[in-house]
Amino acid sequence: MLAYIARRIVYVVPIVISVALVCFLLVHITPGDPLVAVLPADASQELAAQLRSAYGFDRKLPVQFGLWLMRALHGDLGNSIATGRPVLAEVMRAVSNTVTLAIAAAIIGFTMGILLGLIAGYFRETWIDKLATSFAIAGVSVPHYWLGMVLVIIFSVQLNWLPAVGAGPGGSATWAWDWAHLQYLVLPAITTSVIPMGIVTRTVRALTGDILSQDFVEALRAKGLHERGVFRHVIKNAAPTALAVMGLQLGYMLGGSILIETVFSWPGSGFLLNSAIFQRDLPLLQGTILILALFFVFLNLMVDIAQAAIDPRIKRG
Amino acid sequence: MSELPLSATADAALQAAPATKARGYWATVGRRIRRDKVSMACALVLLLIFLSAILAPWLGLEDPYKGSMIRRLRHIGTVGYPLGTDELGRDMLARLIYGGRLSLVIGILPVILAFCIGTSLGLVAGYVGGKLNTAIMRTIDVFYAFPSVLLAIAISGALGAGILNSIVSLTVVFVPQITRVAESVTTGVRNMDFVEAARASGAGPITIMRVHILGNVLGAIFVYATSLISVSMILAAGLSFLGLGTKPPEPEWGLMLNTLRTAIYVNPWVAALPGAMIFAVSICFNLLSDGLRSAMDIRN
Repeated sequence: MLAYIARRIVYVVPIVISVALVCFLLVHITPGDPLVAVLPADASQELAAQLRSAYGFDRKLPVQFGLWLMRALHGDLGNSIATGRPVLAEVMRAVSNTVTLAIAAAIIGFTMGILLGLIAGYFRETWIDKLATSFAIAGVSVPHYWLGMVLVIIFSVQLNWLPAVGAGPGGSATWAWDWAHLQYLVLPAITTSVIPMGIVTRTVRALTGDILSQDFVEALRAKGLHERGVFRHVIKNAAPTALAVMGLQLGYMLGGSILIETVFSWPGSGFLLNSAIFQRDLPLLQGTILILALFFVFLNLMVDIAQAAIDPRIKRG
Repeated sequence: MSELPLSATADAALQAAPATKARGYWATVGRRIRRDKVSMACALVLLLIFLSAILAPWLGLEDPYKGSMIRRLRHIGTVGYPLGTDELGRDMLARLIYGGRLSLVIGILPVILAFCIGTSLGLVAGYVGGKLNTAIMRTIDVFYAFPSVLLAIAISGALGAGILNSIVSLTVVFVPQITRVAESVTTGVRNMDFVEAARASGAGPITIMRVHILGNVLGAIFVYATSLISVSMILAAGLSFLGLGTKPPEPEWGLMLNTLRTAIYVNPWVAALPGAMIFAVSICFNLLSDGLRSAMDIRN
């Protein structure tokens, strides 16, 4: 097991470096001068050159990348051009809000998905299966930002039950676990949960169906095992794959929250990304994407390890 | 004497055999999908949306760009404006139908482009193998380290707003996914006997890839690509929704949804209409892709 973990970690190193390279290059595919956001329109050539060397833009690209990577390794992702504050601190504060949202959505989406998937897989080709499957397809096909709007229309505008935007009373950006804050979480979390719900339902349904049609299930039933025991075998066999899918989905929720956070003005990483894009705040853009991508890589690593821990066949492969 | 009836039945079997002509693979797939009611209904809905988008200028609709300050945000069912008007008093029905033109193009084009690029890359990687395979597939792996929404927004955000940039960024998102599928199906086919036979009879690598492999892997890659259209539609409209795609006053579903957000307190259901269009197209493509997949799975 330890050897497997070591092997996986070694494999992650080149991925992390290339992810950093992609994030670094992002700034260099942007049209125009990256300094345009800080430089006044009537700035002299001297001032521009001075700033360029202060930000290190005057050096060769590989040198810039090396320096940037070294600083990033020490936790220095530069300062936001718009606010002047350190990028890392801004991103981490926003990410914690996104994590709150993603975890709430994961609890809803995964529970629903597993339940619907198991039921659909057990009652294959019946109306229950059809209902659960349609629900799943609707979940993966719905433009989630639109669903967010529709939920706001129903529950905030028409019924006036839940707040429409923000993450706390009075536009507070710090999270707390009380009803005053929780009521702000309900709609964004439900909206975020529909895609993972659909995907987990489809995965679990397919897995359950496959497992139930295998010979060993027949044998278990033949030897007189009660349905609950069979069910346990199904869960055991479906777990590794289902876990991998759910891990990936959690990563997508963390990284892909920008649309939902924009709809609900949720002060998370996606919201930060949005403002970084529109204020042309390139260090912030770069830093946010880097951190989110690293989260994703890390999560994938954890999923692989967890999967190997459950399923001994993986380690040998 | 006892052999006579036997040979008679064998004879009858021989004569009966050619009576039903063996159907080709694609003919069977076509027949199976035509029998699938859900797929046919989806195809019909999509056909309707496509046709109305293409024929929009000849449908006698209102001008989708012409606004009026005195008839802003009319409700659904208003005389003359069956689907109401938007925040600038423009006819919603016309804008939704005209909106299909851009929305469908920016949603589907990235998948078509990625299908061409990804299939070529995957085919070459899978057939040639060795170092070239490693080079292509490891590069592809890097893009897998980003959640697709994040990657699309990162590229779009860095390149700046615009239709072309949004198409480019979505293509970049889908190329790795299609390449992976294409590579894996190609690797599965390349060691089969008929490929060996083609090589033995002197066919060059290009001919083998084009004639012998492509025909056998294209179906699987195609079905996979159709399943991406739904995601692509949602993401393309999403980029416009964020202000990274289409620019006003162009009618496009994602952008319309964004500009109408301010109207949800005044006329909520008109504000939700563009999203319903995205939903309809996306779910139809998903169901059609599922139908196609099960129709192509002849073994069941």
